[in-house]
Amino acid sequence: MIVSCLRALLSHWRRNPVQLFAYLAGLALATALWSGVQAINAEARASYDAAATTLGEGQYDLLIPWQGDRIPLDDYISLRRSGWLVSPVIVGRLDDIQLVGIDLVTSATGLGTGNVTSVPLALASETLLANEDTAQKLGPLVNVTVDASIAPGMAVGDIGLVQRLLGRDDLSHLVLLPDQSLGQPDLSVIVPSLRIQRAQQVTSISQLTNSFHLNLTAFGLLSFAVGLFIVHSTIGLAFEQRRGMIRTLRSLGVPLRILLTLIAIEMLTLAAIGAGFGIVLGYLIAAFLLPDVAATLRGLYGAEISGTLELRASWWVSGLLLALVGTAAALSSRIWQIAKMPLLASVRPRAWVIATASRFRLQSIIAVSLLSATILLGLFVKGLVAGFALLGCLLIGAALALPALAASILTLLQRYTTAPVWTWFWADTRQQLPGLSLALMALLLAVSANIGVSTMVSSFRLTFVSFLDQRLAPELFVQVETKDQSIALAAFLDLRKIEVLPLSKTQVSITNKPVALYGVRVGPTYRNNWVFLDETDGAWDLVAHDTAVVVNEQLARRAGIWVDDLVQVAPDLALPIAAVVGDYGNPQGQVIVSENLFQNLHPDLYPSQFGIRTTEAPALRAQLVNTADIDNNAIIDQASIKALSLEVFERTFVVTAALNILTLGVASFAILMSLLTLADLRVPQLAPVWALGLTRQRLGWLELLRAVLLAAIVVVCAIPLGLTLAWVLLTIINVEAFGWQLPMYLFPLEYVQLGGFALVAAFLAAMWPAIRLMRTPPSSLLRVFASER
Amino acid sequence: MNVKVIVFLFLWPFGVLAQGFSGLGTGGDGFTMPKPQPAFSFPADHGPHPEYRIEWWYITANLNSPDGTTYGLQWTLFRTALAPGEALGWQSPQIWFGHASVTTPDQHFATERFARGGIGQAGVEASPFRAWIDEWALQGADFDLMNLTANGPDFGYDMLLQATGPLVLHGDKGYSVKSAEGQASYYYSQPFFKIGGTLKLPIGDIEVTGDAWLDREWSSQPLSDDQTGWDWFSLSFDSGAKLMGFQLRQTDGSLYSSSTWIGSDGATTSYADGAFGATPLSTSLIEGKDVPTSWRVTLPDQGVDVFVKAMNPDAWMGLSIPYWEGPVNVSGSHTGQGYLEMTGYE
Repeated sequence: MIVSCLRALLSHWRRNPVQLFAYLAGLALATALWSGVQAINAEARASYDAAATTLGEGQYDLLIPWQGDRIPLDDYISLRRSGWLVSPVIVGRLDDIQLVGIDLVTSATGLGTGNVTSVPLALASETLLANEDTAQKLGPLVNVTVDASIAPGMAVGDIGLVQRLLGRDDLSHLVLLPDQSLGQPDLSVIVPSLRIQRAQQVTSISQLTNSFHLNLTAFGLLSFAVGLFIVHSTIGLAFEQRRGMIRTLRSLGVPLRILLTLIAIEMLTLAAIGAGFGIVLGYLIAAFLLPDVAATLRGLYGAEISGTLELRASWWVSGLLLALVGTAAALSSRIWQIAKMPLLASVRPRAWVIATASRFRLQSIIAVSLLSATILLGLFVKGLVAGFALLGCLLIGAALALPALAASILTLLQRYTTAPVWTWFWADTRQQLPGLSLALMALLLAVSANIGVSTMVSSFRLTFVSFLDQRLAPELFVQVETKDQSIALAAFLDLRKIEVLPLSKTQVSITNKPVALYGVRVGPTYRNNWVFLDETDGAWDLVAHDTAVVVNEQLARRAGIWVDDLVQVAPDLALPIAAVVGDYGNPQGQVIVSENLFQNLHPDLYPSQFGIRTTEAPALRAQLVNTADIDNNAIIDQASIKALSLEVFERTFVVTAALNILTLGVASFAILMSLLTLADLRVPQLAPVWALGLTRQRLGWLELLRAVLLAAIVVVCAIPLGLTLAWVLLTIINVEAFGWQLPMYLFPLEYVQLGGFALVAAFLAAMWPAIRLMRTPPSSLLRVFASER
Repeated sequence: MNVKVIVFLFLWPFGVLAQGFSGLGTGGDGFTMPKPQPAFSFPADHGPHPEYRIEWWYITANLNSPDGTTYGLQWTLFRTALAPGEALGWQSPQIWFGHASVTTPDQHFATERFARGGIGQAGVEASPFRAWIDEWALQGADFDLMNLTANGPDFGYDMLLQATGPLVLHGDKGYSVKSAEGQASYYYSQPFFKIGGTLKLPIGDIEVTGDAWLDREWSSQPLSDDQTGWDWFSLSFDSGAKLMGFQLRQTDGSLYSSSTWIGSDGATTSYADGAFGATPLSTSLIEGKDVPTSWRVTLPDQGVDVFVKAMNPDAWMGLSIPYWEGPVNVSGSHTGQGYLEMTGYE
């Protein structure tokens, strides 16, 4: 019985292959973008972890210099000879590969860790360890042993070898080993130029890149939601059409429980197959996007991620589970209906087409309550979770409100029409709304999410570009390595009578968080270029007089302080905040004081970076190299920094644009599938109109027009929704997640373009059903009258 | 990344596993081999011999506190070379490591240090004598009066050593044969140190005095392929005489022994294989291993037939190269105290 029952159930798909395709493809699409995005995120996280492990970041306390990033070998020896158990590390770049040199003998995972007999021959073999990609790049330079566990873009080897490759004889930092010995003297007595950086104070690269991954995840989730709309509607249709079969089966004596179990197994198995396709598709999407994502992350955060994708259980299992849970949710209400259906219920295919006004009313009520919740959340609740709840309420509320809104627009249009064909057209469109509503909701979500996300990304770009202009006002930047160089350069520039912006920098701890303290020379460049988020009158004057500080937005928001509040700059010095400055993309807090004050607080430190205002950058650069003995590599001109930063954004845009197209594609697929599944049901409705004299061609064109018109209504609704979404992302989510707020800019042309895409997508989606309609044999239209059900 | 897998497989002086010994036994690789009839030149030979593969400066001491409690102390600086010779900076092929321990009647503290040669973190200079790794040091104006310091996470010591007798050469004028195939090392000792100073222990500082024994040995291939470990005794009898004896255990169950009888005036008599005998009487279970901690030791030629018993059986050196090393008490034909080192019971 079970087998024949199952065969009966499956015959439905054989007779409706398009429905089967819609079901499988809906699930595949839902799973694809989600798992693709998760695959990228998983790959990136694995790379960050590998990098942290390779560098020992976050595992051990480190000794780092108060200033600069170099430690003389003698300091290391002094520390060891006084009982400080530290192990040296050198980090440097060889082309675009980060070389990490460790002392294999003293390192925390070196000889002291035990099983020495399994320890292979590395010291004598003079080899670097790197993953396959990096090994190929290092090529003939040096012996390389391939080790997949090494972070991408990094190579690890013995400190002696790495020093030789980098042409250096110093160290970058010292790892403070976990077990120290008795009788250790104070660090400040042995090497006062070093300080301890606690493991937990390190800002990890994964923290830095969170915002980027959040973006990707949002896209993935969105497309998943759209895919589930497709699944939901397909399941609905399939169940309506199978009412007759179910009634027959039950009349033949199939117990309800067996029938329900079989249906659940059937649908979930198909779901698993669809999700399987989706995972394969997701892998392809991820592999396609990964190079651009990798380039973005490298440029934006200096984070290296692997260029090759691994099949990690974390993403494909989550994709599969989500797809199954989503299907089960859509399935449960239908199964509930069957369970409650009287044995001999009417088989009249009510279909979803006959959704009543009462369903619209219910949807509208839910929509209104969700949108009210959105407003309440926005006004009264703080926090990241509330921010996401707000987003959820907004999007679902708006989607649910769409059919009712569209219906009233259509009613309005119908009222102003007198021609009979158009009156029929509007009425017929309205009558189709329930069947198309899920697809339209999907389109609404896709378009508004695209508007929201591109507004956010574009706003970020505009803000960042003007921020770069603000911060990169000096035409030349010079980096010095030693105090003598710093003094000599300052004297050299003083003679030139041009504006110089020396920058001193160190790490301090404010409210137990590491904060960068900067000493600046207040001058015209700061006064004219820096744009504050908030300030007191004469902010720069106060800073110049050592009576106030400027802090960045991150510190202000994190510590809950704002203009006029006090900041503990040093143990015995608290100064009021004169201004808060936007500092985009930087996770760390900053306090800016005058150079005098900085010098008083940290007399041993010297300015290590100089910004120079000049109209003759190339000439001055030549002078610096020839006369002031500055290495040409230590001078960077503004244009090249800007170009580099902007290139990063272009990469980000490639990724965003690709995701935009993919989500729109998913949405138009939803429209196509809805129209196709509706097409057969609509023959009885169209036959009378045809009989009244409208040609099949005319009817086909009207179908196309209808799709485009509905899409236009959706686009009109999507623009305010997308902008609201962008506003929530910029002013609520961003601040909660990353500590800074982005100003919002509008890009009307982009929205018009996106709207155009949506209309084209709807047109394309409607084309096939329309063509099918145009080619419907008159005989099938006539049959409607012959065989009235 | 697991650095363990990229660290060089060192050829340990006490390579306690068979593969460790096989490396030592092969010799070659450009290292100089010990030759019979050496003529040591002091103080130069107190310093390092980088053209040989391995070398050590090894001090053990039996100590007493004023309340009569006995303690043991060990300080060792090992040198092992990846290639013969020395070079400056990280390119140096020399690796140094230090072991230090203190044994009390009921506790045993042990720790170790590692260092690369060529950068100043560790090394030995002959005159004025200075052997150091990190903050640990054995140093003095000459070899007869030296300071000795070491620290671990939970213990440390600061000692003064003063020689009261001559240096002693083992084997044939310092050429000490280690196997029937002729593997050998250069080996001399200073067994006549008086020692005094402070032990830093978790219960507090303890002033101690006692006797210390320094061993110097260097070689490029001291053991043969079929030797699995050794039992080494340095015994100081109440009569003033001393006995150094060791036996190497071989895979076929046979033993290879060597010993030196040291009169109270420093006059030596060396004994070849078979004269010295050491038989385990009982074992203790330490870290899951059966380790012999009481022995019958004989040297019939000198009328020696003594019972040697560990002061604290739990003197296990659980370091990256594990072995047993601790103070012993001697009774029987002679009475006294000493030190016992056993490897290969891993």
